[in-house]
Parts: sequence; C-alpha cells; structure tokens
Amino acid sequence: MSKVLVLAEIQGDDVKSVAYEILGKLAGQSIDVAAIGSIPAAAAEKLAKHGAENIHSLKGDKLDHYTPEGWSNALKNFMSDKGYDYVFSGATATGKDLIPRLAGMFDAGMASEVVNFTFDGGTFAGTRPLFAGKCLAKVEIQGPKPHFVTVRPNALGMPTSENAKAGATNEASVDAGTIRAFVKEIVKGASEKLDLTEANVIVSGGRAMKNAENFKILNELADVIGATVGASRAAVDSGFAPHAMQVGQTGKTVSPSLYIACGISGAIQHLAGMRTSKVIVAINTDPDAPIFTKADYGIVGDLFEIVPLMTKEFKALLG
Amino acid sequence: MLNIFVCVKQVPDTETKVIPNSDGTFIETSSIKWIMNPYDEFAVEQALLIKASNAGATVTVVRVGGSKDTEALRTALAMGADEAILVEAGDNLDSYMIAKAIKGAIDKSGKKPDLVFAGKQAIDDDCLQVPQLLAQMLDMPSVSVVVGFEMNGTKLNLKREIEGGSLEVYEVDGPVLVACNKGLNTPRYASLPGIMKAKKKPMAQHSLADVGVTDADRRVKYSGFTLPPEKPAGKKFEAMEEGQRAGVVKDVVGLLRNEAKVI
Repeated sequence: MSKVLVLAEIQGDDVKSVAYEILGKLAGQSIDVAAIGSIPAAAAEKLAKHGAENIHSLKGDKLDHYTPEGWSNALKNFMSDKGYDYVFSGATATGKDLIPRLAGMFDAGMASEVVNFTFDGGTFAGTRPLFAGKCLAKVEIQGPKPHFVTVRPNALGMPTSENAKAGATNEASVDAGTIRAFVKEIVKGASEKLDLTEANVIVSGGRAMKNAENFKILNELADVIGATVGASRAAVDSGFAPHAMQVGQTGKTVSPSLYIACGISGAIQHLAGMRTSKVIVAINTDPDAPIFTKADYGIVGDLFEIVPLMTKEFKALLG
Repeated sequence: MLNIFVCVKQVPDTETKVIPNSDGTFIETSSIKWIMNPYDEFAVEQALLIKASNAGATVTVVRVGGSKDTEALRTALAMGADEAILVEAGDNLDSYMIAKAIKGAIDKSGKKPDLVFAGKQAIDDDCLQVPQLLAQMLDMPSVSVVVGFEMNGTKLNLKREIEGGSLEVYEVDGPVLVACNKGLNTPRYASLPGIMKAKKKPMAQHSLADVGVTDADRRVKYSGFTLPPEKPAGKKFEAMEEGQRAGVVKDVVGLLRNEAKVI
C-alpha cells in the first residue's frame, strides 16, 4: 500500500470533479486530500465517501490566488514531514503549471496527463497519450519520491461505488515563501462555461462556419445542452475564433462525453485532439470527410440547416 | 546587456502519421519530417522582438536532441538568433533530463540568463514540464501559457491564459522564464539572407555528460507504444435533401439520448 496525496482544487462549494475521479481509482491505497483554501464541508463529506482518510485545508498569506511559486512553496512546506509516496492532481490549468515545479523541488519524476493507471503492489503504472493522442504508451516513474502524476479530467470517469473512510478534516497553516512573479489582476474571459479541457460536452466549428458571426448558431446549441464551444485550427487561423477555443494538436486535447463537430473535415491534427471523446457526432456536407471515420453518428448535411434543427430538437427533449 | 536564452525542441510535423517502432519503445523516426515545435516559434519571436529594442542583447537558442537533423536550431538562427547550443542526445529523453541538460548548457555558456523563453509545451510528448522544471533549477520564477508580454526596463507584465479564456496578469521584476502560447506574437519567416547568415553563426555542441546528465537522471520510463484502438464504424445518415433533415436530426438526437446515453 502506498501513501498518496491527492491535490484538489476548490471550485464554488465543491472541488473540481477530477479529484473524485482520481480517488475512485486509488481504492486500496492510503489517501489524503489537500487543497489550498477552505474545502467546503459538503465536498469534504464526498471526499471521505470516496476514500479520503485525512482532508487538509491549507491556509496562509498570499495564497488566495494561484501563483506557481506561492502554491508550490506552500505545498512543499506542508508535505515535508508527511512521507507521501505519490502526489496526484488534475491536469487542469493550475495543475499543469504547479505540479512540474513542485516535482522539481523534490528532484522527483512526474507523469503528465495520464488517462488511466493501476497500482500493482503499491507501484504506479499509467497510460498516457503521446503525439496528441496519435499513440499511447505505458509510463512508469523512478527515482526519488514522492512521484507526481497529473490526470486528464473526464478520462477516468466518476467512481461508481463508494469506499468510505474517516475523512478527518484538518486546517494547516502554510508558508507561501518568496513570490517573485505575482498575480496583479485577473481578467475574466467572456465565457462562464467550463474550459474545453474539462467540458463534458463540446460543440466545435470548422472552416465551413465561414465567419465568426456564424458561431452564434453553435453557441445557441451549446446553451441548450450545456456545452462549451470549440473550433478547428482552420477556423482559428481564419480568424473565426480565438486560439483559446482551438481543439487539436496545437490547441487543446479534449475528452468529453459528447463531441459535436460541425463543418470540420478532420485533419490528422484535429482528430488527434478529440479522438478520445466518448461519443462523436459529425456534421459535414462532404460524405468522404475524414471526420466521418471517427464519428459514432455522422450526418451528411449542411451544418447551417442541421445545427438549428438540432437545437430545436434538444430543446424539445430537455424542456 | 541582456542575455536571452530560448529553449527549442524538434518535433515531428503535425501531419505526421505516427507509427510505434517494432519493440514498442518509441516511435518509428526514420521517415519523419522534423520541424521546430510550433509553440517554440513564439518563444524565438518574442526573444527577437526584445533584442530589436535592446542594444547589446544576445539571443542564444538551446536544444537537446539528436544531431542528424538540426532543423529547429537552424530555423531559429535564420530567424535572427545570435548563437546556438546543441546538447547531443537521443530523441526520447524525459523532461527532467532535458531540463537538467538545458540548465547545464546555460551554466556552461558562462552567461547569466536575464530572460528564458520556451514554448508552453512540446507537441510530441505533451508533458508540459520542462519550462517549470528548468525555472525551478535556475531558481527563477516562471509564467506559462503566456499570450501577452510587456517590458518596461526590468519590469515585465505577462498575461497567462487559464480556463475559459480568462487571463492572470503577472508582474515580475527581474529574471523570469516565459513559456509562450500561440497568439503571443506573429513569428517571422526566415529570410533568404537570414538563412545564408545562419550558416556562419556559432553552434556549440556538447554531450549529455558535458552538461552533467547521466542515465541516473532518468525519472520517467516509457514502454508499450501502441496505436489507440480503432473505433468501430459509426452510423451515417444522409441529410442533404430538405425532406431528410428533420427526420435524421430527430433520429440522431434520439440515439444520443437512448443508445449512447450522453444527453
């Protein structure tokens, strides 16, 4: 059995769901959860239900907002006498930036963005996509402990059974140390929706959208089904959408439950970024478009006709 | 005098069809077209923009990897970088070894880095580790996924993209590592005179041992490279004609609800 720390991220009155996904896969190990800030009581209860023995809320000056130095110093400070074998985090915007720096502080190895893993005899082995998902490989970590792992959100799925543990809550004060790069301001993006990398449903538009205004019809569909809107590289390079929306090898790699590709032909580099989506719907006028080879449901048709009909149909279905 | 370092990696072109090698320890590299990692182009460009407005600034590009093809370094030199350092190594080092090799190469150059640039990630192993690891090894702060860069003397104002297109605005005074995202600038193309000049620019070569990296530094081990499982063929519906559309959409929405159960 290994001693594992799962780093959670507080979001509203819960923690980001990838923490629960990770806990579900760690049954059998001795698990602590920690987050910077106050873990809400309801989240602590859920974390205990899914296997957390200790739940640590870490507090200190200059930690209200994420900075790479402040949060990594604080976590190193907290972990120093705990003897963890493994540290897990979601591969979120924060996790991707924080964990490599923290691993560096321990001269330790890190497996990035695994989509599955096992603990055989207390030793981690993961599976991760490389070349934006064009191939998969087994990843193992060696050298000084703790070993660090980030997990792609939505890849493991929520745990289906419970593994209740004590879930003792604890508040610890931690030191942010010296922060040389500090956050002066946060500029909110236009979208209040989940980021593409965490979204459970995505509607994406390609070159066939013709212009930025036409993304309106994708937004309307997305609003009805609770989706985040994405775009292909062709659409981004043509100026129809900002790069933050790009799905693919030079954009974001996503694995939602449902991916609806509208007017996207399916270049290798786009397919690489979305092929792990659980269910793919493709809408394209070209019956030979490569996107159809990856689609569970393909509609050969004009997106400008099909998408509004789909919006209407989902509206009727979902009330 | 500003010392600017830029980390570049050479990766397979995005249109490459990736095939695992016969023993599954890496991919088949014999017929790959190598390019500079696309995100590194933004890093090189930002360094060159700073050089243009800071007399005496030097831009040194550093790469760790195979020496058969030095496309990435030659491209950076042709774009306008002053010198290059190649640390000769295999193509499948892990992030820790690469970061340590770059740190060793920077130390060996005898120049104290004022600014270090890198791409936010390499599109081959997609680890997103080297910039943060290197910053930690250099005892520097780092800001990643940077889409906005302003410099006033030693003061920097950096915009980092986070979830949903939101931005964290960082302020740093002094040396920092900046990991660049698309949208930060528009990378220049190497001009023909640039390409000619690049041939005469200095390129230092070191072995891994020269920069203090050994096999004991390996932290991550890969095996079992495979292609992802192919999906079984899906269902395809013809809806080019007006009379077909409503029925097809109704069917697909029904399937998403009842068969795929994702809505």
